[in-house]
Amino acid sequence: MKYIDEYHNPRAVAAFAEKIKSITSRDWNIMEVCGGQTHAIVRHGLDQLLPDRITLLHGPGCPVCVTPLSIIDKAIEIAGRENVIFCSFGDMMRVPGSAGDLFSVKSAGGDLRVVYSPLDALRIAQENPDKEVVFFGIGFETTAPANAMSILQAGLVGLENFSVLSAMVLIPPAMEVILSSDNNKVDAFLAAGHVCTVSGFEQYEELSAGYSVPIVVTGFEPLDIIQGIYMSLAQLEDGRAMVENQYSRSVKREGNAEARRVMEDVLTIVDRRWRGLGMIESSGLAISDKYRQYDAEEKFGKVDDISDQSGECISAEILKGTRKPFDCPAFGTRCTPENPLGATMVSSEGACSAYYSYRKLDLQKTGLE
Amino acid sequence: MDADPREKECPIPKDKYPHIRMAHGGGGRLMHELIEKLFVAAFYSSSLESEHDSAVIHAPSGRLAYTTDSYVIQPIFFPGGDIGKLAVCGTVNDLAMSGARPLYISVGFILEEGLEIETLWKICLSMRREAANAGAKIITGDTKVVDKGKCDQIYINTAGIGIIEHDLNIRPSSIRPGDAVILNGDIGRHGMAVMAKRERLSFDTEIESDCISLSDVIMKLLEAGIEIHCLRDLTRGGLATACVEIARSSKFRIELEEKSIIISKGVRGACEMLGFDPIYVANEGRFVMFVKPGDAGKALVIINAADHDFSPAIIGKVTKEESGLVTLKTRIGTERIVDMLSGEQLPRIC
Repeated sequence: MKYIDEYHNPRAVAAFAEKIKSITSRDWNIMEVCGGQTHAIVRHGLDQLLPDRITLLHGPGCPVCVTPLSIIDKAIEIAGRENVIFCSFGDMMRVPGSAGDLFSVKSAGGDLRVVYSPLDALRIAQENPDKEVVFFGIGFETTAPANAMSILQAGLVGLENFSVLSAMVLIPPAMEVILSSDNNKVDAFLAAGHVCTVSGFEQYEELSAGYSVPIVVTGFEPLDIIQGIYMSLAQLEDGRAMVENQYSRSVKREGNAEARRVMEDVLTIVDRRWRGLGMIESSGLAISDKYRQYDAEEKFGKVDDISDQSGECISAEILKGTRKPFDCPAFGTRCTPENPLGATMVSSEGACSAYYSYRKLDLQKTGLE
Repeated sequence: MDADPREKECPIPKDKYPHIRMAHGGGGRLMHELIEKLFVAAFYSSSLESEHDSAVIHAPSGRLAYTTDSYVIQPIFFPGGDIGKLAVCGTVNDLAMSGARPLYISVGFILEEGLEIETLWKICLSMRREAANAGAKIITGDTKVVDKGKCDQIYINTAGIGIIEHDLNIRPSSIRPGDAVILNGDIGRHGMAVMAKRERLSFDTEIESDCISLSDVIMKLLEAGIEIHCLRDLTRGGLATACVEIARSSKFRIELEEKSIIISKGVRGACEMLGFDPIYVANEGRFVMFVKPGDAGKALVIINAADHDFSPAIIGKVTKEESGLVTLKTRIGTERIVDMLSGEQLPRIC
């Protein structure tokens, strides 16, 4: 299959693994930013192919994981209302809020629909003029243009019963939080290819120069990831720090101009709390004043800002790359995908959840279980 | 099978009662007309015709297998099948997984008021065809009609009785270290076909369900004397869940090879798009078989010859390690654990 088979080629992957071994001269920590990359690394066992001196750290790029408790609670409150049809991407449905998840609202009689695109929610709104249809707009730069487009479309057809509850966030501010923290361990980043497809990577050039950190825009297949690791390692070993583009089949430096224009028209940058990381300045996207009639917070009240970290959970440190899932005493016992204590266990793309699914064998070997 | 003259059109004239009414389950004339003209005509079973409270059958000597399952699928028609075909294949396949030859099937319908009679007729014909293919008879049944909105068009329960004509104990505890794990074809088609239809997702090539009766191929394997230790059809939870269940009950570790597991382009593409792992996606015509290693080659030949839709392969083996784990050797040569999912797979956001 084009763009899949060639990026799973075992010989090509092994060749990069060899090259990595041959140039590694000291310990390095490389963080993959995106949860999709974390999932692929653990699922394909890519880290097993690397020398011990290279540690992969798993970054904050899982939008489901980092959606704060306060917004999930708001979603649950709206979804439970009479006369509301609440639409969400599937993997958001079982993320726990303070009490229960969206699935529990559904089983208690709420009208919840799993959709594949915000435009599906728009269609549901057109088909149900007597109901309020609310779309749970989560995601990074990758999904923000489609969320914004649904609002533009709603405006064009004059829909009044459609709104978006925004939990959209931006990646570069979170990377900056990691880089500027006192105990930062990250030597290089694999930036999220799909995010950069939309946003481009000019912003990353400032980060790379400002913090002298190599950033390689990387795809999601095994060969993409191992090549991205090789490229960032080559920079580290040469003492270079710049932005390189491994995922050039999808990403251009300037990104997707039309998608960015739609985002700029409909959305506005705000401060936002991240589950695990706390409040990050200018890291969120809200619906701009011009389109406020489509903002679910205007219709159903503002989200209450509450903090959301379980005392025992170390997901903040995991998201910043200072600790790994097996460092947590609750991992696999008090904290599981069925009963997650924090951000990194709640979605299948969270680092703890990926380790739980694919790495329990290693845990048994280390005698932790 | 030749077309039956009675398949041409629904014997209940459309203009008279185009839809199911509450009275079709009420015990009166309408219900009798439904049984006589539709169910008896579709299944042409003498015991149904006798309209007695129960079907009377002769008990064959030996071990019997007995199973039941309910079908609530939506949409009721999907590429490659419908709820009727599924209801018969599902029960026939559950019997086949014990190595039993299916004999008799019962059918319970829960019908929603307003269901088109023509739709019910099509579903019944599909059930008749599948039962005939498997050599089983539909001999007793029941119908209930519920108010509009109380069920989703039609629910079907089937139960089946089959006879075991061999001396093997086909079950997880019979598997042994060294056993070959055979999979009879590509995986993930049923789940993705139904999902694509239900969610109105369109892909370049339409994915067709693999729904098929497995009775015939299992009987051929048994007749050829293949030493089968365990069989499991890969329905809900797919290949991964079936192997995990078997490994846990047998206590042995099962090692699978990713490169031997066939996944069609359509299913791979759809799974990539939605973030699904095809080894967890449901099938309705796929099974894993644990056999004595020396019998594996012969088994592959028999499965290959049984149906053009099959593409059997040895996908792994049972090891002597008593960990009850399933591990998968990936295409790129690494290894990972295969575990049960905590719930159903949900499409991811990005």
